[in-house]
Amino acid sequence: MIKKLAMMLLAASLAAGSSTLLAQSVSSSLRGPAPLNEEGPAPPMQPTKNTAEKEVRNYPEQPPVIPHSIDGYQVDMQGNKCLSCHARARTAESKAPMLSITHFMDRDGQFLASVSPRRYFCTQCHVSQSTATPPVSNDFVDIDTVLSHDKPGAKR
Amino acid sequence: MSSADIPQGTGTPAPEKRLGLVRRAWQFVLDLIDVLLKPSSIFGLGVLVLAGFVAGVIFWGGFNTALEITNTEKFCTGCHEMKDNVFAELKTTVHFSNRSGVRASCPDCHVPHNWTDKIARKMQASKEVWGHLFGSINTREKFTDRRLELALHEWARFKANDSLECRNCHSAQSMDITKQSPRAVEAHQRFLFTGEKTCIDCHKGIAHHLPDMRGVPGWQ
Ligand code: HEC
Ligand code: HEC
Ligand code: HEC
Ligand code: HEC
Ligand code: HEC
Ligand code: HEC
Repeated sequence: MIKKLAMMLLAASLAAGSSTLLAQSVSSSLRGPAPLNEEGPAPPMQPTKNTAEKEVRNYPEQPPVIPHSIDGYQVDMQGNKCLSCHARARTAESKAPMLSITHFMDRDGQFLASVSPRRYFCTQCHVSQSTATPPVSNDFVDIDTVLSHDKPGAKR
Repeated sequence: MSSADIPQGTGTPAPEKRLGLVRRAWQFVLDLIDVLLKPSSIFGLGVLVLAGFVAGVIFWGGFNTALEITNTEKFCTGCHEMKDNVFAELKTTVHFSNRSGVRASCPDCHVPHNWTDKIARKMQASKEVWGHLFGSINTREKFTDRRLELALHEWARFKANDSLECRNCHSAQSMDITKQSPRAVEAHQRFLFTGEKTCIDCHKGIAHHLPDMRGVPGWQ
């Protein structure tokens, strides 16, 4: 008897649960209003940031992000558009920062005469930024902020 | 043709036959000059002038039409050398599709709009027909091998005419630098508006992939 009642209760709760699940048109802020079993329309592509203003690095080893558009810039065996501005000899004319000395180092830390082959494909490490507002915000805090939580006068 | 080429043992000696032909042709030329020089007894002068005028118009028009036809992208991409390489690459660039909906086609950048320049360019183009017939760039490999040479010709042409074709669409005078990106403003103000450089100095490879750029000034 008790077993039967338990089964009925379980069935009822399952039914109730599933009906509420079905009734809810699941909409999360990420998917938008499109139902789960359908693919919503893709939002339009946003242009890349093109302010050419230096962006703060989040940690010292970070390859700085590219603050300008790189649409149509060719980087392959034939040529490297980035180097036509960022190479040492080009910086007077282009006013671009020279790629740092680490780009001339081989894996043993030896300095080469020109950009090291392992640093040739710039967009492996450097990326341009989209102007889209991210659907999920980022709560990353950098190390300085973490350290500044310390009490004033605390030990360094 | 040397005498060795003449078939031996045939009944009629060939040299004599040819002489006859030459003489007849010469006679025809003489007759023609005669007719052309003599005042016409059949047509009045007015009719002749009019006929000449009409013929001129037809010839001129035909020439122009021929130029118009050869001045289209369809004509240029009729050759696979042009279609498979440069045209395929153009399709991914801003000059093929953009927010303004203005399309630059091959003749916009490669054939000057000015009439005399046009003829000059067309004369040069007969070299391409040779190239086509002899297959100078008929495979992708041959094309990439010769690409730098072809590109150097184009760069030299743009440099010599101060990027005339670019300026047919983009004029430095009409550029609103307040609407341009910071890097563009900086570069255009320092080098373009002062006349120190021309478009092609800075904007290589905007319509097609680049050739091997080693040794090209400003590249490495
Ligand atoms: C037309 C010249 C030009 C070209 C081509 C170019 N850049 Fe730049 N770039 C600049 C200039 C100018 C700046 C400096 C912007 C500023 O800080 O004022 C810059 C900034 C940067 C920075 C930021 C440096 C920093 O310290 O924050 C990076 C990274 C960068 N570029 C990478 C690239 C890469 C990768 C490419 C090729 C895909 C490229 N650039 C092509 C001109 C150029
Ligand atoms: C393996 C990753 C990697 C590649 C590939 C790479 N970089 Fe960097 N780049 C970095 C890192 C990491 C930094 C910051 C630390 C440093 O300077 O070494 C940096 C810094 C820079 C800076 C800023 C220098 C400064 O002093 O402000 C520029 C400009 C730059 N890179 C341009 C380029 C260009 C242009 C290329 C392609 C030729 C390139 N990088 C390829 C990792 C890379
Ligand atoms: C008959 C086929 C054919 C057609 C049609 C054709 N091309 Fe070419 N084009 C070629 C070949 C082959 C070459 C390589 C010539 C060489 O080897 O020097 C070439 C080379 C070129 C070059 C490089 C010129 C140089 O000075 O080295 C340009 C630019 C060019 N073509 C543009 C055009 C344009 C614009 C059109 C349309 C008006 C066009 N082509 C139509 C076959 C063609
Ligand atoms: C927006 C201008 C523009 C348009 C449109 C354009 N070209 Fe070019 N073309 C150039 C420039 C500039 C060069 C010089 C090389 C370079 O910078 O890439 C060139 C080079 C070439 C070359 C020499 C080989 C090479 O790639 O360097 C050929 C062939 C050629 N173009 C054919 C064509 C044909 C065919 C079309 C039409 C399908 C066309 N071009 C459309 C600007 C243009
Ligand atoms: C038929 C007209 C026409 C000709 C010829 C032409 N362009 Fe353009 N160009 C355009 C249009 C249209 C755009 C796209 C404008 C927009 O952003 O909507 C454009 C865009 C550009 C851009 C911006 C690229 C970008 O990524 O935003 C550059 C640089 C450029 N052209 C250079 C040149 C050069 C150099 C030449 C000569 C070799 C040339 N153009 C010839 C019409 C032309
Ligand atoms: C001194 C070098 C230089 C010269 C000369 C030059 N430009 Fe530019 N131009 C640039 C740079 C750098 C940019 C910005 C980076 C990019 O678009 O790659 C730019 C950007 C542009 C743009 C895009 C505008 C924007 O807001 O980004 C157009 C269109 C353009 N140039 C057309 C031309 C034309 C047409 C000429 C010749 C009348 C010309 N440029 C001459 C360096 C130059």
